[in-house]
Amino acid sequence: MTDSKPLRILIADDSDSDRLILKTLMKRLGHQVRATANGSEAVAIFPEYLPDVVLLDVMMPVMDGITAAREIKAMAGEELVPVIFLTSLTDAGALARCLDAGGDDFLTKPYNKIIIQAKLGAFNRMRQMHKTLSQQRDLIRERNRQLLEEQQLAKRVFDNIAHTGCLNADNIRHHVSPMSIFNGDILFACPRPAGGMHILIGDFTGHGLPAAIGALPIAEIFYGMTSMGFSGNDVLREVNDKLGRILPTGMFCCAAMIQADFHLNQLRIWNGGLPDVVLLRKGGPRELVPSRHLPLGVLDSARFDATMELFHTSAGDTLLMMTDGVLEAENEQAERYGEGRLKQALDTAPAGEPPIDTVLGAIRSFTGEQSGHDDLTLVSLDMVVASDFHESAERLPQSALKGPAQWHCVYEVRDDTLAQFSPLPLLLHICMEVPGLRRKSADIYTLLSELYTNALEHGVLGLSSDLKTSPDGFSYYYSERERRLEQVSGHYIRFTLTHSMTRKGGKLIITCEDSGQGFDHSSQITTGAADESGNANIKYSGRGLLLMQKLGHSLRYSEYGSRAEIVYDWELAIKQPGGWS
Amino acid sequence: MPINTHRSDDGHTLTIRIEGRFDFSTHQAFRNAYEQDNQEVKEFVVDLSQTTYLDSSALGMLLLLRDYAGGDGARIELKNCNNDVRRILTISNFEQLFSIK
Repeated sequence: MTDSKPLRILIADDSDSDRLILKTLMKRLGHQVRATANGSEAVAIFPEYLPDVVLLDVMMPVMDGITAAREIKAMAGEELVPVIFLTSLTDAGALARCLDAGGDDFLTKPYNKIIIQAKLGAFNRMRQMHKTLSQQRDLIRERNRQLLEEQQLAKRVFDNIAHTGCLNADNIRHHVSPMSIFNGDILFACPRPAGGMHILIGDFTGHGLPAAIGALPIAEIFYGMTSMGFSGNDVLREVNDKLGRILPTGMFCCAAMIQADFHLNQLRIWNGGLPDVVLLRKGGPRELVPSRHLPLGVLDSARFDATMELFHTSAGDTLLMMTDGVLEAENEQAERYGEGRLKQALDTAPAGEPPIDTVLGAIRSFTGEQSGHDDLTLVSLDMVVASDFHESAERLPQSALKGPAQWHCVYEVRDDTLAQFSPLPLLLHICMEVPGLRRKSADIYTLLSELYTNALEHGVLGLSSDLKTSPDGFSYYYSERERRLEQVSGHYIRFTLTHSMTRKGGKLIITCEDSGQGFDHSSQITTGAADESGNANIKYSGRGLLLMQKLGHSLRYSEYGSRAEIVYDWELAIKQPGGWS
Repeated sequence: MPINTHRSDDGHTLTIRIEGRFDFSTHQAFRNAYEQDNQEVKEFVVDLSQTTYLDSSALGMLLLLRDYAGGDGARIELKNCNNDVRRILTISNFEQLFSIK
């Protein structure tokens, strides 16, 4: 015995002499031995002795070897306990029966020491291999169970993030396949504060956790920016930029973005790498919107094209979008569903059936029992009359807190930063933390932007709008703006924002001060719109003040024009005549 | 390019499309777009379908175009504007000066 520790060996043989010979032989080989006189004794001792190898005589009184082998194998269960028959039989049929009963091998009498030693060694190796494999299998099984449990938990979190918004709106139908816990598909929908909605459908390269991780920042950007009133192409640019930074090369997201406007009844569509988006006109005709862009996360922001195509629609039109999984769905013959079958399904659809049901039904009957491979996402959007779409800010995802109501902040931009940096997005962001102001993001942005432009151009840079009286004056004004901006130093523009609640809503006071010499706001502000109509002598400038006056509740200049204050009363603003709903 | 132009086949209509933000930074490009090679142009179309934002200096530029195209006799159409852009145009009473579609 050179290669292993002693084995525990159980022997059953009714011949006293044979039993003694074998027992002596085994002990000399260095093994531990228990010897019994029949099968029944061996079976009785087995559970307590737990031998590594069992040697059974075939023919014994009380219980023969074959019966004993069956019982021992049953007790051993998954564990491999080699059973070797001891026999003087030479009949091939009888030997085969021994193996059929669960025996692993046999030793013929008289015993040969070298053969016995070799067989014990071989069976021991097999036993150990079996043990290792079983342990590894158990480990894998346990790890897999843990992983699935974790994924299920993660999916609950993911679903809360990814499937909020307005996917359950009356005019949206969708199907998200349950193939794996995380497939690479994403589907988001969110109402826009000014009306209408955004839908983003996408398909990440890859599956599982990596795809889900990529989906999280998209969800955050999509819902965040849409709720703040950003347009579809702004959202696309931001998502593309973010994915480009976080995803490894070779991983990206094929996607289609839809911006739906139910007031003007129009759709803006961007398709980067997904199958054709199908616009089904009421009454039959179809238009396809093919992928004209690279997927999200491939191009850098300078080369990325976020242009969305514009489509005028009417109530009753339906838009259908899908991921690759639809065209790649396979039947039992490994044929793909493909564009042809999709077209045919839509061509022969019964009137009145929602197109998404038509396509889903067609795919199911095509793939048959292969539905386990189902890995597809479909969404359809019905164009409706604006009044039928119950859009409201209440649908917007909101944080648990109602948002800041009473606050005050001062932000000052100084020196050469004035030439390099626009504080407007940051200031807008601060204002948009107030839920009630989100619907008014366009107004707020215009107010901030006009105040800033005036403070910078007329105040800090000392440019007079009198220059803007001719096309060349206009050009001179802007080239001068650029030139002076490069040399700006020792200046500041200070924004002070104060928000408070009122009985009917809230009030935002924006103050903008600059370090300039002031400017003649009074002569500009008299350029009222009413004077302009029909007046041949229209000034090219001065419209910023007018805009601010009309959007804000009040506009007041002081300090010779170097300090401007606007009061924006947001509940009142909604009710102003001529305001847009 | 943030500003693209397109001429109708007969050369009478010049369409100027502004992508992204229409503000002072597009001034020179916008001016070039309508001043260059336009002897036959009788009508201007400003396509705002891709315009996300428009500020008061853009309003001034539109007025420059209007005067360039003949003042009160100018034929200028502003089309496909989004809600926000349209609101700015409306507040400034530009409907009285331009045909907004």
